[in-house]
Amino acid sequence: MEITMRDLWTVLHGMGFGALFMLAFSGALAEIYRMSGPQGMLQPSSRERALLNFYLVAMVVLAWFTVFSGAYIVYPWYRAVPPAGVTDLSEYPRRLLLSSGRTSEWHNIGMEWKEHVAWLAPIAMTMVAYVTAKYGRAITRPRNMRSAVLVFAIAAFVATGVAGAFGAFLNKYAPVRGGATIVLMGGEQ
Amino acid sequence: MSMSQTRSNAEIPNGPGGAAILAAGIGCAAMGILAFAGDASGAIGKALIFYNPTGALSGVTTLAIILWLVSWFVLNRLWRTETVEMVKVNIAAFALLAVGFLLTFPSFMDLLQGK
Repeated sequence: MEITMRDLWTVLHGMGFGALFMLAFSGALAEIYRMSGPQGMLQPSSRERALLNFYLVAMVVLAWFTVFSGAYIVYPWYRAVPPAGVTDLSEYPRRLLLSSGRTSEWHNIGMEWKEHVAWLAPIAMTMVAYVTAKYGRAITRPRNMRSAVLVFAIAAFVATGVAGAFGAFLNKYAPVRGGATIVLMGGEQ
Repeated sequence: MSMSQTRSNAEIPNGPGGAAILAAGIGCAAMGILAFAGDASGAIGKALIFYNPTGALSGVTTLAIILWLVSWFVLNRLWRTETVEMVKVNIAAFALLAVGFLLTFPSFMDLLQGK
């Protein structure tokens, strides 16, 4: 069982940070909604509020790790330019996709959108975490902030969904491969 | 906590929250506007290459983050003790968020450029 260094970083970027961040959304949205819901809803204790704040901060950290690892570790491998004369483009995903009309739009639409829209998520979630931690239930009080918090949290979810879905498809058609090989486990012949 | 902290939270002016919300909108819009500018103009696209292996994305994201943080800092300084009209702040922030989404979408960028 082997994995290349680039595969490992791609998995870490997409599954380790990105997917974990996305999985956390349902919990965050439900808890923010519950906390800021009508008076009749269960009031969170101070421990529950501290837990929510920790949860949101963890999401913010995951979101920033996702975009920075994507842009500065994986993306340079994706957009690497092959040396002159190279005909095997398997280690040059961008060029591989653009080499055929059947796959070029995965780059022109998919990667071009993904690489930018993904950055809206950490910006939005940082605001959501800050406002939730600072105001707690008061986001529903006369000066209503609840709708902004929920809309930006949903926008972050959509942006992450777009980036994650295109990332998965791109990795199907033109995976980022190469680099040092890491042997995880020896197998039987 | 619970009543005392809830009460004290309710008494915090909404200015800092409004500043964070509007600044997030500004950051999202900046991301879209810079992405569009880099796509529409070769010269701007080149100028946005802060780190060669990542290309123009490095400049787009770095500048958008700086604009977001600076606008948050400035708005927070202006509104830290103020009570702002959240409805207006929300409308502006949502419009800026929509700009961010639209201008990062390649087909919309192409449409604006008449491609």
